[in-house]
Formats: sequence, C-alpha cells, structure tokens
Amino acid sequence: MLHAVEVSFAYRDGGPTVVDGVSLAIERGELVGLLGPNGSGKTTMLKLMGGILRARQGSVSFEGRRLADWPRREAARKIAYVPQETHAPFDFSVMEIVLMGRFPHLGSFALEGPEDLAVAQRALDATGMSAFAARLFHTLSGGEKQRVVIASALAQDPELLLLDEPTASLDVGHQLEVQQLLSRLNAGGRVAMVLSTHDLNLAASLCRRLILIRDGRVLASGPTADVLTPANVRALYDVEADVHMHERAGHLTVTPIART
Amino acid sequence: MQHVRGRLIVAIAGFGGLLLAALVAAPLLGTTSISLVRVFDRSIPFADNADAQIFFVARLPRILAAALVGGSLALAGAIFQALLRNPLATPDTLGVSSGAALGAMLAISFHFDFAIAGLSSVSLSSLAGSIGALAIVYMLATARRRGLSTTVLLLAGVTMTAFFSALTLAVQYMTDFADTFRTVRWLMGALDVGSFTPILAALPLIAVACVMVATLPRPLDLISLGADAAAARGVDVQRAERLALISASLVTGAAVSISGPVAFVGLVVPHIVRLVVGSDHRLVLPASALFGATFLIACDLVARTLFAPIELPVGIVTAVIGGPFFLWLLVRRTRT
Repeated sequence: MLHAVEVSFAYRDGGPTVVDGVSLAIERGELVGLLGPNGSGKTTMLKLMGGILRARQGSVSFEGRRLADWPRREAARKIAYVPQETHAPFDFSVMEIVLMGRFPHLGSFALEGPEDLAVAQRALDATGMSAFAARLFHTLSGGEKQRVVIASALAQDPELLLLDEPTASLDVGHQLEVQQLLSRLNAGGRVAMVLSTHDLNLAASLCRRLILIRDGRVLASGPTADVLTPANVRALYDVEADVHMHERAGHLTVTPIART
Repeated sequence: MQHVRGRLIVAIAGFGGLLLAALVAAPLLGTTSISLVRVFDRSIPFADNADAQIFFVARLPRILAAALVGGSLALAGAIFQALLRNPLATPDTLGVSSGAALGAMLAISFHFDFAIAGLSSVSLSSLAGSIGALAIVYMLATARRRGLSTTVLLLAGVTMTAFFSALTLAVQYMTDFADTFRTVRWLMGALDVGSFTPILAALPLIAVACVMVATLPRPLDLISLGADAAAARGVDVQRAERLALISASLVTGAAVSISGPVAFVGLVVPHIVRLVVGSDHRLVLPASALFGATFLIACDLVARTLFAPIELPVGIVTAVIGGPFFLWLLVRRTRT
C-alpha cells in the first residue's frame, strides 16, 4: 500500500540528515511499530509517510503513486496522522474537533451535513468518547484528548493511520486503554497502522511487525518475535536487556538491565 | 450539537442586525440633534440645510469609516489569533501598525505633498509602511524554511514594533512643534475623515482581502490545532498561512490608512464574538467583521458625545475599554 524507497530528509539545506536512505513498505491492514532512540528520525519518518514532509531524496508512494503528486485533500482521505500532543488555543468542543476530520471530504465552501455528523458520531463511539461530545477539548485529560484526536483521524475515514507515540504521556491505565483501542480498530483489517513508540512492551503486545530505526537508518525490520531480541535492543539503545515471553500477558516483554 | 449552517445564519443575522441598527441610529445621535425629515427634505437647498450638512458631511463619513476600520481590525485580529495559535495576538502584533505609523510620521514630518486617487500622502505613506513591515516580517519568518515559523513571526513582529517605534520617536524628536502635534494626534487614532474619499480608496484593498479570506475559515480552524495536523487533514498549510498573513495585513494597513492606529478592537472583538458564537472560524470571522464595525461605531459615538463639545479621538475610548478587558482575559485564561 505504502512504499518508501531510499528516502532521505533534512529539515534545512545543508542541515543534518535526519532520515538517511530509508526503504520500507506497509501493507493493507498491518499494524507496524516504529522503534528507535530519541532523535532517531521516527517522527520525521511518520511525517514523510503522511506526506506532511516531502522527501529530499528518494520517494514515498501510496497505491503506486508518489505522495508528492497527490493533492493534499485526496491524500488526507487515505492517510491520517495523530501527533504526539494536540493543544487547542480556542474553546473547541470534542464534537467540533472530530468534525474537523471531515475536512478532506468537503468542498471549500461546504458545511458538514448529516452524513458527516454520522461519521463523526461513529468515530466517537469507536473510541468510547461519545459521552464527551459536548465537552470542551482543552478541559480533557491527556488520555481523553488522545482518544478524541484519534476519533478525529478516524473521521477522515483513512486506510492508513500514523500515530506518533500515542501513549507517551499517559499513565499505565490509560496506556492500556489506548493500546486496546488501537488493537480493536485494527482488528477489522480496514485500517493499517504505523505507530512510533518508546514503549517496547506496548510494541511487543500490539505490533505484528517492527521497524527499528537508529540515526535515520533502518537497523532491522521484520516480525516482532524475530526482531525484538537482546542483540537488537543493544544495537538500538545501547542497553543490555532481557527479552522474555510473558505467559500471562501472552507477548514478549523487555526488561532493561544496564546501559552498555 | 446544532448544525453549523443554522448557527451561521443566526450569527450573521444577529450581528448583521446589530450593525444595521448602529448604522441607522448613529448618524442621528450626537451633540446637535437633527431631524431625519429635514435631512432628506429636498425643498431646502443643501447649503442652507444644516441638518443635511451635519448628516452627510460630519457624521455619515465618520460612521462609515468607523464601520470599515472596526470591521477590518476585528477581522485581522481574529485571523492573526488563529494563524499565530495565540488568542492574545492583535493586528499590531506583527508590526504592521507600527510600520504604518512610521510611514505616516515621515509623511507628516517631511511634508510629503502628493495625492493619488484622492488618497493623501499620509494615508499612502502609512499603507507603504504597513506593506514594508509585512514584507520584512514575512521574509524573516520564511527564511530557510518551507513554511512559516509562528515563533519567528511573533518575535520578529515584537522586535519590528519596537524598532519602528524608536524610528518614529527619532523623527518626532527632530521635527518642530506643529508637526509633532499632528503626529501625536494621528497616533491616537481618529475617525474625523471629513469626506468619503479615504473610505472609497481603502475599499478595494479590503475587498481583495475579503476574497482572499473566503476559503480560509476552515483551514484556520485546523491550523490553530497545529500545522502538521492540519496538513495531515488535507490543508495546504503553506498557502493558507500566506493568504491569512497577507489578507490580515492588507486590511490592517487599509484600516490604519483611514484612521491611524486604533488600539484593542482587533483583540477585544474576536473574544466577545467567540463567547457568543463559539470558536468555529466559519462563524468567528464574519461575526468579528460585523461586530467590529458595530463596536467601533458605538465607541465613536461615546468619543463624540461623552465630553461634548470636545470630541475625543476614538483610539482613547477603545483603549480605555480594551485595556481592562484584556487584563480580565489574561486573569481568566490563567485561572482555567
């Protein structure tokens, strides 16, 4: 569905290369984790995959057509992006935020109709936020905000959902909630997801495939069970770690031991 | 959840009705009471009809100027607040007003003596000053980047304001008393335009800006939540930001060329409007323009009548109302 070929990117001319010759492919309905230390280029890579940034070299294509050639609205009907944090400077209600996800489906002067409201309502239902529809966005907790923004992305009716550290600022309980939400949304196989995260256990439980990135390059890529090894964790983070199969959780768990 | 269409109709009808009422009532109110019957009495020659003279020469141009300036500044304020993702931004934030002030100052102090299409040298120079200020700030904010940096925009705007103000003071310091007095009066912001010419001259600029604004409300909603998120929703962020910056600066420059800088309208009006219609810019932008016009007509009415026969510059009235309101907003924001 999405193919990146030898993609490189720097934020400024002559500036440091943040993404350096990355090639990867995302297939329909997949749930892929993007792992890497701080500053490894995860967020930049997500933005390149969403067409928010344009590759300096190489190309990102979606359904066989270069993302650079997609009109922005058309691309937004296929690919949605959930940033790490969303701050609303004005008093938008939850429903208003979710309805903004309908933007790519509407003409320049069109107002949302009953159909758009129905889509927004379904997105709120799917994220368990229906009861919050009339609340003001900025009064919500971090976890609630994250779910509203996910609902807003779902209102775009995308085939690919890109999430930048969706559980970064959440406590353990809310982390589990978001994790279950993503797993449920992906279960139908209609929405593929790529999420960047620092939480190795989240990645292990949620993602069937992992892509490890360090210094803007792909270090390893493949099924979670093959890629999440002590050797790779060491190469990725310079950390000595134990990787076990956790019987009760039913997935691999990573316990960091020491910095190498 | 009401449909946006219904809310839009109610907002435009409500604020439009208010403006209409102000436009009808304001020319009749003032220190001298006039009779509408006499104003439109064709049997009295205009030269002998004091009521008609007051209505058509003294009051109507002034009220239309108030409507145009108030609407423009409020619209510009609402756009800047969304563009900079900062509800405390104003049309002055980016240095457009202070650039205009410097231009006007130079024209007054050095006695520029020309007029184009009925626009005085002071109006034209202030317009040139605002365009110059916008150009500098815009180049700084886009330098070495593909999009606009709102942080650079804000900082550049604040710096340019200080810089232009220093130049303005320097020019003022060197000129003689009479010119200094004129410049100080200009800086207070006043609507005694005296004729329809400056209004007609500013109209095309404002019309062009309004066309540019037409597609902006929804993109501004999305941009206010973050440029990357907006781009991912299908907004051409670069284009929208450019249009917003240029159109808001254009109406600010046009307004300042009519009246000089009028403080606080661009800050206060969008906030009052948001309290009534919510934050959706499809409602906020038209409602701000309509209510800004009404607000400044009302402030000017106070300015004309409060200390009659002395007419205060309207800028003093808006600042006296706007200052405390701004502080209240600050306190309210820090509490929530």
